[in-house]
Amino acid sequence: MSKTPPVTDWTSDYDFFDPDYIKDPAPVWEELRGKCPIAHTERWGGSWMPTNYEDMQAFVRMVPELSSRNVMLVSPPKSDEFDAELAEYGSSAPPITSDPPEHIPMRRLILPLFTPKAVEGYRPFTEQLCHELIDGFIDQGSCDAALDYAVHIPAKTIAYIIGVDGDRTDEFVGWVRGLVEQGMQDPAKLIHYRHTIREFFAELVDARKAKPKDDLISNLLSQEINGQPIARKAVIAMCDLLLVAGIDTTWSSIGSALWHFAMNPGDRRRMAAEPELFPTAIEELLRFYSPVTMARVATEEIHVGDVTFKPGDKVLLNFPAANRDPEVFEDADKVVLDRQKNRHIAFGIGSHRCAGSNLARMEMDAALRIWFERIPEFELTDPDAVTWAGGQVRGPRHLPFRF
Amino acid sequence: MRVRVISDKCEGHNRCCALAPELFDVDDYGIATALNDGEVPAELEAQAKLAVENCPEYAIEVVGE
Ligand code: HEM
Ligand code: SF4
Repeated sequence: MSKTPPVTDWTSDYDFFDPDYIKDPAPVWEELRGKCPIAHTERWGGSWMPTNYEDMQAFVRMVPELSSRNVMLVSPPKSDEFDAELAEYGSSAPPITSDPPEHIPMRRLILPLFTPKAVEGYRPFTEQLCHELIDGFIDQGSCDAALDYAVHIPAKTIAYIIGVDGDRTDEFVGWVRGLVEQGMQDPAKLIHYRHTIREFFAELVDARKAKPKDDLISNLLSQEINGQPIARKAVIAMCDLLLVAGIDTTWSSIGSALWHFAMNPGDRRRMAAEPELFPTAIEELLRFYSPVTMARVATEEIHVGDVTFKPGDKVLLNFPAANRDPEVFEDADKVVLDRQKNRHIAFGIGSHRCAGSNLARMEMDAALRIWFERIPEFELTDPDAVTWAGGQVRGPRHLPFRF
Repeated sequence: MRVRVISDKCEGHNRCCALAPELFDVDDYGIATALNDGEVPAELEAQAKLAVENCPEYAIEVVGE
């Protein structure tokens, strides 16, 4: 994937697309925590990377000195085409790219749609979906748990909530992977897929404007901020964000969990025998295999220890590394299915806490419970055939299983 | 034992309600409140402590024994 030279010094030249790092980043984090808790690189446009839990807790609260206006690990280079794209749709994907004062009102538009109670309302849909997916391959005795199972759960569920046709999820997944996975290293793809997604939602938003339905788009169109309806552009951007933010991430978490159980038969047997452990097990798997790293942009000079962030510098919020910090987690490098104290930050922290966290938890819970009910015994056919995506979102993309 | 949610710190992770539904509730925007004025019956003290120890925002405090 990465065409850059191999890393010789992780403290001053890290590469989040390094193939070994994508496969298992934990040894690098451990080395950095001891040597250089805020590492730096010039690769991929340059960034700073903290690895301590305490730093992540502090940085996330430096608002607006550390701005959300660009949360991507790799920024697209300046180009006429991209500027034209921005002029057409607006640069931001609120609320994730919003700072105060815009942020909270935008965020409050979607929070009520994703409360614990609201997501329980989507559970029957998700559970039926999990059963149907398993029906599709159970007699075969094998499947790709990433591509035949995990990916469809968040994709079809969010499509259902937003109000789009479930049959189009394969297309969505292609768009989202194009944007999040390939777009990082190929700006032309990023522009192409962003355009495709926004065109799609532009059409749908106009259709709902003409004829409202009982779905998220119609709900957003009916809301107001300070007596003003939400701009069409903002509704389109929010739908885009909800699609992009929910698919790769939750797919990764479900996939990583299944990978863990396939690789660790002791944990698999325990999970099958003690389903009452699901609540703690899910939090633990979220901690251990946290998929999401975000970025912030410094808007002023910030001094942290010996390090100075200059205006325009990118700072990574490495939630996955924070969640392995031995200062905060006992046996941080072990999966403990019944871990009691688990103050993990897989969904971020502070004012941008994942707005979909309740939904993601419900999807993981449904996906894993139903899998274990129906397929309690399973293994990888070939551990070397497993592939991982990494960078902004880390998780397995091929999981050849037999059962 | 009594607990209190520091609402300025709470960001709606909902860990408290999941761990101790008898003690906490969240509103539509995810902000938690301690039910019953924060009074924790003796049999729920362990759950209250778990909520304190799992809140990612350090937003729950024990205010009295
Ligand atoms: C396991 C799955 C998921 C993980 C690990 C995850 C992780 C995250 C993280 C770390 C953030 C913080 C961003 C920041 O601080 O800049 C975030 C924000 C967000 N996530 Fe998720 N997410 C997941 C699933 C979802 C789902 C299913 C949705 C769909 C509804 C979603 C929607 C959002 C939105 C809208 C935001 C922006 C919130 C704001 O900026 O106020 N996420 N997510
Ligand atoms: S766990 Fe903490 S942040 Fe989350 S809702 Fe409860 S008090 Fe608020």
